[in-house]
Order: sequence, then C-alpha cells, then structure tokens
Amino acid sequence: MSDSMAMRRSVFDGMTPIRVEGKVTAASLPFAARFVFRGDAKAAAACSKAFGVTLPKTILQAASEDGRSALSLGPDEWLLIARDGEEAGIVAKIEKALAKIPHALVDVCHRNTAFTVTGAQAEALLASGCPLDLHETAFPVGMATRTLFAKADVILWRTGTNAFRVELWRSFVPFVWGILAEASRDF
Amino acid sequence: MLLIPCPHCGPRPEIEFRYAGEAHVARAADPGAVNDQDWAEYLYFRSNPKGIHFERWRHVSGCARFFNCVRDTVSDKILTTYPAGEKKPDLGTLMKEAGR
Repeated sequence: MSDSMAMRRSVFDGMTPIRVEGKVTAASLPFAARFVFRGDAKAAAACSKAFGVTLPKTILQAASEDGRSALSLGPDEWLLIARDGEEAGIVAKIEKALAKIPHALVDVCHRNTAFTVTGAQAEALLASGCPLDLHETAFPVGMATRTLFAKADVILWRTGTNAFRVELWRSFVPFVWGILAEASRDF
Repeated sequence: MLLIPCPHCGPRPEIEFRYAGEAHVARAADPGAVNDQDWAEYLYFRSNPKGIHFERWRHVSGCARFFNCVRDTVSDKILTTYPAGEKKPDLGTLMKEAGR
C-alpha cells in the first residue's frame, strides 16, 4: 500500500502554470477525497449527518463546512469533497448511518482532480470553452453544475465573485489546460 | 444555439444534451404473448411525425437525467419538457398554451 501511494503523481506535474498578472490565474488544487453519493431525500438527510455537511436539497447548489463540501449535481446525485486521506473514515461513517437506506456511494478521488480559476477575468477565461452564461446574475456564488468545457465534461463551482473551482476527470486535464493556456493569451 | 429547458436545471445549451428517441413507447407487460409483428413494431417502428413529437432527451453534461420533451420537428420549437415517468401531457392543452 505505501509503495503504491508513493507512486501517486499529480496530473498537473510538469504543466506550465497559467498566470496573467492582475487578470487571471489557474492553479491546481491538492489531492482530495471525493465521492459520488446517490439516493433519495431520506438518504440525503442521513448522509448529511454522517458527512457533517448538509447536502443541498436544491439542485445546482454547493454547501461547505469545515473543509468539506457537498455539491448537488442532479435531483438525486451529490459530489462530496473532503481532505485527502479522510476516505476510509467517511466511507465507514456513511455506510454505518445508511446501513438500511438504499443509496450508492462511489469513491472517485483517483478519477477526479481539480483546479481553481481566479481573478477579474476568471469568468471570461472559462467562457472561452463553456457554453453557459457565467455572469454572476445567471451563475451566482455558491452555484455548481456539471457542464462542458470545449468537449470535456467538467463540474463548475463558483466559490466567489472572481473565483471558480473546476472539477474534472484527470485524463481530461491536458486537453482542458491546453485550451485555457491558449485562451489566456488573449488577456 | 438551441436552449433546451431541462425540467431539473432550467434552460441550458443544446450541446449538453443527447437525443434518446421517441417517448412513451411502452414495452408489453407480457412479452411472451406478443406476436412477431407487434414485437417488431415495438422495437423498430416509430411515428416520425412532421410536427409535434413526444421524445426523450438526456441532459448528459448536466444533471445526467432522462426527461421527456414535446418538440415541433418543423420549427424546433419546444412546447414543454417534463421529468421521465410523468404522465403524457394533453396535446390540445399544450397547443392552447402555446397559442396555436
């Protein structure tokens, strides 16, 4: 186990950072524990207690508490994010609390990775590949949704007026990063 | 770009969606009792109308849910969308609401 952990390498290793001084920065985030949770309202309520963050009932919303986050991606689907290394504890706790409630809990922490896009031009940089209206009136702080960036499925979460978190499959990173780097030359 | 109103997420660009064929095509409760002709019609025959069409869509790059949509195949105008599993809406009422 320790040997395989020592081999774990970030997909961002060796990639050129995206940084346009005073305008926009895209930076990778450290490893994290991630799960996809699916179930009905009863399962979500039980999971909220076990996970420590109230899973948003409204679709396309994100909630955070004490370093943990829950994003409602669909009417019965949530993405749970916590600190790296907390996986086993979270699984044990949720499985215990939901032993008799039908649900699905899938560990996706080695499939997903994430980066942030921050700065006054964050919205514009993401708009280079995303078809959604990213203006704050249409995509307010706290909103999170799966969408497309060019041809890659990504989860977009607005954490601040000028700050986004992008969650995506690690294999999509070179493609997405390449387009972002190219688009950042416009600023 | 066409905006498709997902019943869960609201209006979203069409490239987030995938078409999934005609809606309300019911599988026989007892497939063993169905003759070859009816089975073939269930599997392969679709209404393919020029005009109002009840169809399934999937918001694959969004909430990832299947839902039903009533669309005019001539103008691409969408009369309504509703979650999968809901009753087929009455076409007369829909047309009246759309002012047609």
